[in-house]
Amino acid sequence: MSPTLDDIAPLEIEAGTLQSHHSELPEKGFRWVLLLSLAIALLTLAALLAFILVSGAPRFNLQLFTNMPSIRLPEIAGAQSAITGTIWVIVTTAVISLPVGIMAAVYLEEYGNPNGRFHRLVEINIQNLAAVPSIVYGILGLGVIARALALGQTVITAALTLSLLILPIIIISTREAIRAVPQSIRFGSMALGATKWQTIWKQVLPAATPGTATGAILALSRAIGEAAPLLLLGAVTFITFNPNGLMSSYTVMPIQIYNWVSQSRDAFHVLAAALCIVLLLLLLLMNGAAIFLRNKYQKRW
Amino acid sequence: MWDAGETILNLWNVGVWYGDYHALRGVSMDMRRNEITALIGPSGCGKSTLLRSLNRMNDLIPGTRVDGSITVQGQDIYAPDVDPVEVRRHIGMVFQKPNPFPKSIYDNVAYGPRVLGQKKGLDDVVEEALTRAALWDEVKDKLKSSGLALSGGQQQRLCIARCIAVRPQIILMDEPCASLDPIATLKIEDLMQELASDYTIIIVTHNMQQAARVSDRTAFFTAKLDGDGERFGELVEYDVTHTMFTQPKDQRTEDYVSGRYG
Ligand SMILES: Nc1ncnc2c1ncn2[C@@H]1O[C@H](COP(=O)(O)OP(=O)(O)OP(=O)(O)O)[C@@H](O)[C@H]1O
Ligand SMILES: [Mg+2]
Repeated sequence: MSPTLDDIAPLEIEAGTLQSHHSELPEKGFRWVLLLSLAIALLTLAALLAFILVSGAPRFNLQLFTNMPSIRLPEIAGAQSAITGTIWVIVTTAVISLPVGIMAAVYLEEYGNPNGRFHRLVEINIQNLAAVPSIVYGILGLGVIARALALGQTVITAALTLSLLILPIIIISTREAIRAVPQSIRFGSMALGATKWQTIWKQVLPAATPGTATGAILALSRAIGEAAPLLLLGAVTFITFNPNGLMSSYTVMPIQIYNWVSQSRDAFHVLAAALCIVLLLLLLLMNGAAIFLRNKYQKRW
Repeated sequence: MWDAGETILNLWNVGVWYGDYHALRGVSMDMRRNEITALIGPSGCGKSTLLRSLNRMNDLIPGTRVDGSITVQGQDIYAPDVDPVEVRRHIGMVFQKPNPFPKSIYDNVAYGPRVLGQKKGLDDVVEEALTRAALWDEVKDKLKSSGLALSGGQQQRLCIARCIAVRPQIILMDEPCASLDPIATLKIEDLMQELASDYTIIIVTHNMQQAARVSDRTAFFTAKLDGDGERFGELVEYDVTHTMFTQPKDQRTEDYVSGRYG
């Protein structure tokens, strides 16, 4: 027999072969290191949450939702304008970014030639755009949308800027959802005489909806928490009316929190914490919905 | 008996290219109305390739090209003014792996007619298609449940029902029983023979007994090397099934049908 074959000849099983040949310590030690890392992460998070809950609880009440901010009377001030402002901005962002993002993803997955130069260029750029810091989008929004397009410091400017910010995320997650639809579904549909568009509209998109929705919710929840770009865009920090249209000035929750935290009186800090609770609850709700969708519709093929 | 069928599909010198690769060459044959034609041959000889070119499913694979001519009832399906979507409406296809849509049984069957714009009378179409596909009794009480919840054999019959709901003239089947157990296979075979009174069926199979049992005619393909050492598929022999299995003219056919191939 040649030596090379001997090298991988089966090993005999003898007495002692099946007993442990390595020391126990690294195995156990490593386990504890991992657990410790997990504990640090979780405890920090828990401490943060506890801190916010405790400091915000006194003002986490109905007034927060029904009253407008006030410089003079923090005791009865609320965050209604910021809450409605967030709703205005996020709904507008969704209305703009979802159709555009989904259609872009459909083009890339179903129509584009994946080996084409243009396609690869777009692909790399989308990946990169998803990693661009949000403040950069703020600068873009300020220069192009607020000034060049003269849309000013309005809801629509904020929504357009946030749309740009989350479009890459929506495109990427929708593409993944579309790619997960098996080819056999497309062939089955086409073989019945459906056109390409009918196949996409009636088979591919419905099958990709859970994945798309999950990605969209996560993207929108990122947009809700953003303060940096909107600070640049001049979301006004003190507003005592609800937005009444796309061209209205506005404020949003993270900005309102920022504003209150930078006040000197303690009562404002309590307000800030209370509004943090609202923001956290909202995000928890959205992420919960995303997880629910993902689990409910996971693996249907 | 087999003389009764008129020619419905005519292939003349058909070749199929995948990019630069000339996978299938020089296939000329006639398929007859209301007959079952079996395509047999070793793996990679181009049976699926040929089948897909008959309803222009090949168009969906980038870089694919067909030469020669394929006519259905005298009309060239590759003529420039022909819409491949229309071709597929009239020449249906059932795939190797059952591929029901992730929708209800009812919606699976109604999908084709709906895509064609039909809105009324869908209940009747669904019932009739499922009945013809020998599935109605098994599913009539659960039309709203998912097509994916059926067994493999039932799923394949659902796919056949879905196919006949758009009233095709010809049904192409690419190894429709390959993923089924023997009993489900027999059911599909019975069904094919039922359907042959109204439809023309072309089936790819690796199962010699199946070809012998269900088909009227059999075409044997094989792969060989050309001058440049490139493998390509060609039609070796095409005849009435009984003749193909008892007195084939070509030695290669005889070796293959008697299991001495390779
Ligand atoms: N999409 C494709 N792109 C490139 N070449 C392909 C493609 N599909 C098939 N081929 C090639 O064409 C030849 C015929 O393949 P085909 O799938 O038609 O064979 P088959 O007879 O159906 O085989 P099997 O019995 O295994 O299904 C093979 O050499 C295969 O590699
Ligand atoms: Mg095949």
